[in-house]
Amino acid sequence: MLAYIVRRLLYAIPILIGVNLLTFALFFVVNTPDDMARMQLGVKRVTPEAIEKWKAERGYDKPLLYNGAADGAEKVTSTIFFEKSVKLFVFDFGRADDGRDIGHEIRTRMGPSLAIAVPTFVLGLFVTVSFALLLAFFRATYLDFWGVVVCVAMMSVSSLFYIIGGQYLVSKVWHLVPISGYAGGPDAMRFLLLPVLISVVAGIGSSTRWYRTIFLEEIGKDYVRTARAKGLSEPTVLFRHVLKNAMIPILTGVVVVIPLLFMGSLLVESFFGVPGLGSYTIDAINAQDFAVVRSMVFIGSLLYIVGLLLTDLSYTLVDPRVRLQ
Amino acid sequence: MMPVVLWTDALVFLLIACAAGAGFYVGRREYLLASWRRVGESRAGMAALTVLLAFVAVGLLDSLHYRPRLDVAAGKPGGGYSTEVRSALDALLLPLKAATEKTYSAPLATHLYAKETVELPDGSQARLFPRLKHGGAHLQDAEAKWGRDVALRVLRGLALAVLCGLTFAALAAQLAARHWGIGRLAAWRRIRRGETRIAWNAVLATLAVLLLIAGPVASLAGGYHVFGTDKVGQDVLYLTLKSIRTGLVIGTITTLAMLPFAVALGIAAGYLGGWVDDVIQYIYTTLNSIPGVLLIAAAVLMVQVAIDTHPDWFATGAQRADARLLALCLILGVTSWTGLCRLLRAETLKLRELEYVQAAQAFGASAIRVMGRHILPNVMHIVLIAVVMDFSGLVLAEAVLSYIGIGVDPSTISFGTMINTARLELAREPVVWWSLLAAFVFMFVLVLAANLFADAVRDAFDPRLAGRRAALREKTA
Repeated sequence: MLAYIVRRLLYAIPILIGVNLLTFALFFVVNTPDDMARMQLGVKRVTPEAIEKWKAERGYDKPLLYNGAADGAEKVTSTIFFEKSVKLFVFDFGRADDGRDIGHEIRTRMGPSLAIAVPTFVLGLFVTVSFALLLAFFRATYLDFWGVVVCVAMMSVSSLFYIIGGQYLVSKVWHLVPISGYAGGPDAMRFLLLPVLISVVAGIGSSTRWYRTIFLEEIGKDYVRTARAKGLSEPTVLFRHVLKNAMIPILTGVVVVIPLLFMGSLLVESFFGVPGLGSYTIDAINAQDFAVVRSMVFIGSLLYIVGLLLTDLSYTLVDPRVRLQ
Repeated sequence: MMPVVLWTDALVFLLIACAAGAGFYVGRREYLLASWRRVGESRAGMAALTVLLAFVAVGLLDSLHYRPRLDVAAGKPGGGYSTEVRSALDALLLPLKAATEKTYSAPLATHLYAKETVELPDGSQARLFPRLKHGGAHLQDAEAKWGRDVALRVLRGLALAVLCGLTFAALAAQLAARHWGIGRLAAWRRIRRGETRIAWNAVLATLAVLLLIAGPVASLAGGYHVFGTDKVGQDVLYLTLKSIRTGLVIGTITTLAMLPFAVALGIAAGYLGGWVDDVIQYIYTTLNSIPGVLLIAAAVLMVQVAIDTHPDWFATGAQRADARLLALCLILGVTSWTGLCRLLRAETLKLRELEYVQAAQAFGASAIRVMGRHILPNVMHIVLIAVVMDFSGLVLAEAVLSYIGIGVDPSTISFGTMINTARLELAREPVVWWSLLAAFVFMFVLVLAANLFADAVRDAFDPRLAGRRAALREKTA
């Protein structure tokens, strides 16, 4: 088990290197720092001196991969690749274009992101699994049919509509909670209620349908017939047998997103003005702050790999047949 | 006029050609037709297909681009064409496109949304709602005649729709009667009761609903802004119709772009195994591990920098916007091929061990031949299901990406840009709801139709659903 985890973690290293090389290629080779400087400074006021100054301020004035002018180890370390990409591995993210320390920003913004993402995740999972079980229990009835119809309709609505419509109805018409904003401490509840609720509702359609499919697939199997033949009641069959066995396919989709909860939700955070990592990313995209985008790409990939590992480990918990070697 | 073929136009027509080719291929093979017949039997599927085809028709009209000849420059040698690229749809909707107002106006309104200070004929000034330049401009006395005029136009539109619908029904009955060799009335009764193999009654009913909506809208659009106007006074109906093409292009070209990679790499990884498998798995794990939105953001920013620094690449603004649309499709393709690739790899691993593949190997067929002739046809149902299932997700994704600012070019009309420009309108007083609602409703209908059609296709093609069907049958029995 331990050997497996270690091996998986070692396997993550080439993937992270790949991610790093890809982002490096995207940000520095396809478009040179000169292009970035020109875009940041605006096309009109651009002079060679201004570009040089912009690059020097941000440390983009070094060679890309190999610095022939430096001596010793600096030949490799005093380059853009080393300064901007390799340092990500030790979580040294450098500074954003506005001069703030990215690492510090990420640490302070993690809290609000988690405050929205974790309740959304837990509540969403609970609600959708319950609905799906309900539909599976009443399968092949009118309730099931119309439930699926509602699910398909709900998953056809744009997530933007849920957010804009929810904000309009709950905050503007009914004046129940503030439209947007965030505050720490116990006050946060008022601000978090609506975004969490909207995110949960927006996810109901597709998840419920997906879980219902999984449950129905399990119900069609032989062990369920055996359980019924033993004389077990339908609820017992559903909760004790089907739910437990359906955990494996459900976990595949669910566990992998748990680490990514740190990244927050781009849309919800930006609409509700929550100072989390999601809105940080959107702001960086809009301000074309490449240093921040690069850091977020790195963190996101790292968390995804952790999620994959957690998925494998969770299999051993729910399915004793799985042995990790 | 000078025809212009944008990159996405070319790909759209390539796609149509591919679809036609595939249709021809399938039509001559009974075992493939059987699955498609099952799609045809599904009422929801056929109704959804009808709606989708209506959208596709609008999208295709909007894909025939040209540059109109300028009257002024007609005498000049060389050039003489407008830099504005128009489409056949623009030409059809020219009255709508040209009928711009000053700013917001509500659906079917005759007056502007906001009060303005205007000079009255007697020289004094007053703050009132000015009349629209185009909406209801044909009415002398707008307050008194408006209701009557609107009702009249709706009735006229409905009458036209009923006429069209009856023609269609008669045509269908005629064709069916000839096909079965029975009377027209008997044939119509069969269609109506759903006693046909293909659910023609669902198609005709959907067509009727579409006509009943389109008729009055078209009739009203002649004199009013049916869905109102947006902030700069553009007709919202025109904008929504133009958005359809962008949504369809994103939904289809993306899949077209990623399909060759996903299929080739997935099958190769599964069949060849060894280091090829390792490398391909490494590639898709790496791509997958980058959060999709961020990869798209990074790539779109890069494309934007490239486009901005090379203004000389494009002759017109439309071509520049089109390049960005195409880039977005390709980038979305890069982020979305991994799922299909993994599915195909897993399926190929299974197929590789089957007798018919081993027989082919024993006959000395090369790896390429086994993959192309024996494995590919047997995983096509997975590819098809993935393609139709991806479509709706991509249409929805476009809106979100455009909202974040990494979607289509701001000058491209799309559902995303419409929502993005209208995002603060609900905060106005009184509320401006029409352009948001129009965008959302059109998008909803498109995505819903796509989802229903995808379900019908999946139900018809996926052999794994047998277990689920058994579960449902057991309960009903």
